[in-house]
Amino acid sequence: MMKERDLIIVGGGPAGMAAALSAYEHGVQDILLLERDQFLGGILNQCVHTGFGLNYFKEVLAGPEYADRFMKRVIAIKEIEVSLKSFVIKLSQKKEITFLKPGKISEVKAKAVILATGCRERTREMAHIAGTRPAGIFPAGLAQKLINIEGLIPGNEAVIVGSGDIGLIMARRLTLEGSKVKAVIEIQKKSKGLQRNIVQCLEDFGIPLYLSHKIARIHGADRVSKVDVVQVDDNFKEVPNTSFSIGCDTVLISAGLIPENELAEMAGVDMDRKTNTPLSKEQNKTSVDGIFVCGNACQIYDLVDWVTKDSLLAGKQAAEYIKRIK
Amino acid sequence: MSKQFICIECPNSCLLVVETKDGKVTGVSGNKCKRGETYAVSEVENPVRNFTSLVKAEGLEIKMVPVKTSAPIQKGLIFFAAQEVKKIRIVKPVKVGEVIAENFVNSKADLIATRDVSLA
Ligand code: SF4
Repeated sequence: MMKERDLIIVGGGPAGMAAALSAYEHGVQDILLLERDQFLGGILNQCVHTGFGLNYFKEVLAGPEYADRFMKRVIAIKEIEVSLKSFVIKLSQKKEITFLKPGKISEVKAKAVILATGCRERTREMAHIAGTRPAGIFPAGLAQKLINIEGLIPGNEAVIVGSGDIGLIMARRLTLEGSKVKAVIEIQKKSKGLQRNIVQCLEDFGIPLYLSHKIARIHGADRVSKVDVVQVDDNFKEVPNTSFSIGCDTVLISAGLIPENELAEMAGVDMDRKTNTPLSKEQNKTSVDGIFVCGNACQIYDLVDWVTKDSLLAGKQAAEYIKRIK
Repeated sequence: MSKQFICIECPNSCLLVVETKDGKVTGVSGNKCKRGETYAVSEVENPVRNFTSLVKAEGLEIKMVPVKTSAPIQKGLIFFAAQEVKKIRIVKPVKVGEVIAENFVNSKADLIATRDVSLA
């Protein structure tokens, strides 16, 4: 017979860790936390800049420090079993989970499941940028991983598309690593990034930000050679005779994030097709009783502090649910 | 003289209106909290920034150890810091908060690790 656990949490980033701690604090005694990476912490491990935790810890922390505080609390609680390198491939409506671990496939059933699966980046294809398909085009978060985790520099001269926070943070990181960031291109009239990041990531380094501009075309055979930039009007239509080119070997795409919810879908959870998030009448709940969603999988947050808050609530709700059905 | 700039101390990003005389701050408004005032004085008289980077690891479980300065350092030192950090190697396990380089680039701040790293 399939083993049954009280609560299974998928994802060991800030959302999953907060959910686990909160569920434990609200009385759940048997928690399995599944994380596909070899460490807990999720995306925070590559967010080495500071600015995390001001709200929750009332301190300015780097991403890994924020993760560390939760990790140590999670590991200290024996009722929370952490399983690393564990990749969930299936979730059923009856809350049966199949996951892979190197050399092993496991099946386990849960009374309640919390999906803390985070989000992924929008790609060049989703941003509809015309041109050739040379090497040198990266989602900004992937470039962040290359630099901060792998110690590799993606290119010498970069243009960044999109002025969300990840794009801005990467403009600074690339500059400090010795690459030249030639421009940040934003199609909207205003940047979605925090004003403080525009100041400390662009203005500090004299990196130009082109608002109401877009990349009309990417050029290059094997490697990116240049991009054509053009101004757009209020309807995002190209303004004639405003086109200019910027030579570069690298293009970073920072075009926003989409919640990762394939497991919820697989389990038959009703989804909002536009946002790729579960439809729900109440925060963190889904159309399937006992399946909860929290953090960036539930909605894209711009601060990890809000992810934590949201996930603490999800942990509490799961605990209440488990008590109710027992 | 009056200057306007954005406080970068927290995500509120308040627009500060700063009165200065002979390079010194004589008045600050627009700040939602006390830290905005401190930031305004520092930004005019001695601008500083948090510095974060990565140090190469050898024989440890990860390739790059994330680091930060224990306090903000002078803005003018940032590029030098980014170059100097590349010369350091970490070969022994470290704990979060552990000092990697004291008085880093003579900034009076230490370079510290921002995560635990064990042996490979
Ligand atoms: S003045 Fe205070 S509230 Fe406003 S941005 Fe600065 S630190 Fe934040």
